[in-house]
Order: sequence, then C-alpha cells, then structure tokens
Amino acid sequence: MAERNFELTLGPLQFNWPAQKFVDFYAAVADEAPVDRVVIGELVCSKRAPFYADRLPGAIERLERGGKQVVLGSLALITLERERRAARENFDQAAHDVEINDLTLMNWVRDGKAFSVGPLVNVYNEATLAFLAGRGARRVCLPPELPFASVETIARASKDIGVGIELWAYGRMPLAISGRCTHARAHGLSKDSCQFVCDKDPDGLPTKTLDGVDFLAINGVQTLSFKYANLILDLDRLADAGVAGLRLSPHSGDFIAVTKAFADVSEGRISPREGLSRLSRAAPQAEFTDGFLFGECGAAPLPVI
Amino acid sequence: MTAPRSIELVCPAGTPAALRAAVEAGAHAVYCGFNDETNARNFPGLNFSREEMAEAIKFAHNHGAKVLVALNTFPRAGAFWRWSKAVDDCARFGADAVILADLGLLDYAARRESGLRLHLSVQAAAANADAINFYARTFGVRRVVLPRVLTVQEIAAINREIDAETEVFIFGGLCVMAEGRCSLSSYATGKSPNMNGACSPASHVEYREAGGALVSRLGGFAINRVAGGQPAPYPTLCKGVFEAGDYKGHVFEDPVSLDAAALIPQLAEAGVTALKIEGRQRSRAYTEAVVRSFRRALDDHAAGRPIAAGELRALTEGQQTTSGAYRKTWR
Repeated sequence: MAERNFELTLGPLQFNWPAQKFVDFYAAVADEAPVDRVVIGELVCSKRAPFYADRLPGAIERLERGGKQVVLGSLALITLERERRAARENFDQAAHDVEINDLTLMNWVRDGKAFSVGPLVNVYNEATLAFLAGRGARRVCLPPELPFASVETIARASKDIGVGIELWAYGRMPLAISGRCTHARAHGLSKDSCQFVCDKDPDGLPTKTLDGVDFLAINGVQTLSFKYANLILDLDRLADAGVAGLRLSPHSGDFIAVTKAFADVSEGRISPREGLSRLSRAAPQAEFTDGFLFGECGAAPLPVI
Repeated sequence: MTAPRSIELVCPAGTPAALRAAVEAGAHAVYCGFNDETNARNFPGLNFSREEMAEAIKFAHNHGAKVLVALNTFPRAGAFWRWSKAVDDCARFGADAVILADLGLLDYAARRESGLRLHLSVQAAAANADAINFYARTFGVRRVVLPRVLTVQEIAAINREIDAETEVFIFGGLCVMAEGRCSLSSYATGKSPNMNGACSPASHVEYREAGGALVSRLGGFAINRVAGGQPAPYPTLCKGVFEAGDYKGHVFEDPVSLDAAALIPQLAEAGVTALKIEGRQRSRAYTEAVVRSFRRALDDHAAGRPIAAGELRALTEGQQTTSGAYRKTWR
C-alpha cells in the first residue's frame, strides 16, 4: 500500500458569506486547520468580491503567518471587462501562485511562471494534462465528475511530468455555471438586480425534486450537488493511484473538525470509519457521496460497509 | 450605404439523409459527427460511419457546401487515440474543419500541421476575447462557437478584439448552463455531455403514472409531472420543475427553445461570421424546413429586405421560444 501523505488544500469559498464570517473563518483556518495550501479569492460571482476585498490582504497575511501556502483563486466564468482586468492583475502579481479556473487566464501565462489548475478546467485526459504541464501547471485539481479509472490513468501520467494531482475530497461539488443567476430567479429577481439574495444560504439553497428528494443546491450563478463529496473512506485507493492532494471545500459549521478528520485519517491516527463519524458530527445535515469516482452516478450514496 | 455582410448558415445533420436535405435546402455548411463517443450528440441511431462521412463530404463539396465535423467531447483518459484518429480521418476525408473542445486534442490537431481548419466548439465555453485569443494564438483556431451566456453587445465587443471568426447559435435547443462545464447529467445518471456525448440520456428516462399524473424521471429523480392525458415533457435536467426555498417551478429555465431569428440584423452588425442551428437529433423533415426558412431570412437580410417574422413559429410546435442570453434581461 502506498503511503498516505496527501497534501491538504482548502478550496476557495464557494458561498456568499458576510465579511466578518469570512474573516473569522480564515483566521480559524490559519490558526487551527492542518491544511498545507489555501486557495482564496472569488470563484463564483464577481458581484460578491467588493464585500470582502478590503479584508482579503489581512486574511492572506494571517494564513501565511499560520504556515499555509496561499494560492490566489480565480473566477469560474469570466465575461465582463472588469473581470478580465482582475484576472490579468491576479496573474501579473508576483507574490502568489495562481489557480486557473477559466482558461482566460492561460492568455497571461508566461514561460517559467508556475500555476495551479482548478477543478473547473476540463482536464479529462493525459494529453490535456501534458499540455498544461508544458505551460507551467504544477498542480491540477481534477473535475469532480471523473470516474476513478480516469483518475488512475491521469495520476500515472502526472508522475513523469512533475504535476501533482488533487481530487475534490469534501464538500458540495460544482456541477454547473451559468450566465443566469438561479438564486435571483428563485426570488423573482434577475442577476443585475439580485439584491445579493445568495447571502441567505451559507451552504447554498437546497433544491428538491417533485417527490421532495433533496437533489441540488443553488449558489448564485452556480449549481452544486446537494450531497457533499466525501472521500474519507477511499484514501488508500487514492494513495495507491498516486493522487497527491485532497481538496476540502469550505462549509459552515465546524469546518476545522473536517480538516482535522482528513489529516488524522490521512496520517493513520484514526480509522477511516472514525473519520467518517467525525465528519457526520461536523455536518449533521449533510449527505455524503463518492459516486462520481466509484458509484453509478455522482449522486450515489456512500456504500454501507 | 454598404451592403449587409453575408452570413454563413451552419446546419445540423444527424444522418447522411439529413445532410443531403440540409445542403439541398440551402445550408452553406453542415456540421455532423462520427457514430461514437467523440461527439456531443452520441445518440443511438444517429451520426456517421467513416464511409458515410467520406461520402457526405464529397456530396457537400459537389454542391458547394462545407462540412464541419464535431469532435467535441473530452477524450477519455487512456483512449485518446480514438479522438486523435478521428482528427486524422477528418483530414484524410477533406473535411472543411473540425470542431474541437479539448486542450489535448487541439494541441494534437495543431501539431499535425496538416492545414486542417480548427474551430473551437461551444463546449470549450470561451466567453471573452482573452480566452478566444489564447486558443487562436496557441492552436491557430480560426473560428469560435460562442457559449450561450453572452449578450449581442458583448458579442460585438468580442469581435472587435479578436483575430478569429465567431459563430453563434440562432435556433433550437438551449443550454442554460455554460456548455462543456456542466455535470448535472452525470450527477443524476453517470453519463454526461463532456464524457459520453449525451445529456439526460434516454437510457435513464422513465415515465410513470402516479395519482392520475404522469411523472417523468431521470436517473430516478422526478423532473416533471403533468396531468394524465397530457404529453409528458422529456426530462432534460435543467428544464425540470424543482422546489428551491419558497419557489416551486422551472428553477433553471422554462421548457423553451432558442429563436433569435429577429436578432439576425443585430448579430450581423455585431460581426458574427456564422449562425448555427442546433438539432442534430432532429428529423430530416425538420432540418430541411428550418434550413430553408433561415436561408431565406439570410438572403433577405443580405439583399436589404426585411426578414419575414413568424414563419419559424410553426417549427417550434407551439413551444415557447426565447432569445436567451442575447438580451440582458434573460440573466
């Protein structure tokens, strides 16, 4: 069995949290969370960014004092002029590594400057991985919808070209992004007059089927899975496949406990079952899945062991 | 006054018969795919064998039309050869362009240096001038099919900044989400447009009577319910009825299809090179009627005549239509 020495990455916050909650969250991560890397910055909607822009430098400084490697995230769907400008400024700053979540940023890649690739970039095969590695990609978080067979093939290829492969290991998964704001629509509003209603739902707005089955979660222009990805029972398989990193996506509740559970299982201090029960306690309302990797579909429940 | 620019009409063909019908009805170009997972309309009974593709290209060329071959899924890890071979075959058959989305496949096609023209699929969702310029500079992409998230004004601004042609959807099915960046279908069924070339696949659809209503399900999830006796809508995930907080209804989009015929003059003014009709899965008769109607509209536009409105309404079979993201209020 391969050694489980995963690097833990905290993914960018997907939700519209109040500025103070944002600050408190990253302070707690800086001080207490056993994660190695933190990707920070607006992923979903550029209209949210001004609410915490002035808090961002402080949060980054605090994370670095806490020994975390800070990576600047980028918007998932870039269309507006100011979004393009912000993306370019992000890339041209020299202080931090950048995570690309829209290929717009590939336009600013220069020789010798390493970057990370986020899960919203379509890396489905080893040829795409090789292309990105040739341009300077050093870490790639794969799209959540990939089956395990693809992960194995891509991870195998990653070793020869010096790229670390990361998987979406915890949290509601990004399933779609649109020009339209579904959150606003559900409140009878449009994107341009949205009144920032997405701030009412700190983990997204659960969306049920006509049978009352929880199915999706709306998050502004983004659609998430209702279920939380949870790969804590799968770490041995992932290590054997050569996966280098695990991405934990922020949620409200005791998220520090989530990061500790992954660190403890990863380093063998507790069993995967014990890790799972800790995760259930940290997010009692959450339903978990590893279906995209190992099940019939992305919504398949965790197998009962 | 300068004459309006002429615009290329790009039409779908799911079968060789539909391709011939489209060409005869006045398509300037036809797009189609091989009968496997290399294209995003990988439906049973649809698409072209290698022999059919070679013949279709000859037929179209003899009639002065172009054939654009869609290889617009994302190659499966470990099976890249299937997609790269499809590129090779398109070059060998003399296809006028291949429509690609995957970075690895674009890289492969560009390195072949065969002169094969590269178009960027809507599945790549290149939604701004920087992204488009990256594809144009890196791979020599000559034309970009724009994702359905942009307004006409944004399209005009993009065209001023890029060194490539643009093609936009004008009629047919409408994705609500940025194309190529949606895993809703695989979340419910395990099959997705990106990986398998199928969204909300028929293999996972089920219609069942319950309490006097007909419920349509996808992968076991109830997507629609209609009163008994009414036609049940196909359970395409993003057109389904859901409950989100206090809202109950079509959370993502009403069951509408795109009809932007009225915007042809504005799109021409915005500098688009080609208009695309969706619907490789549609019947030959439908294809023929839509193509004929749009060709007339484009000829009217080119001659400076007003475009006859309403003619296409019959083709949407009473369905609601929308001009989608082209108007800002859609968002």
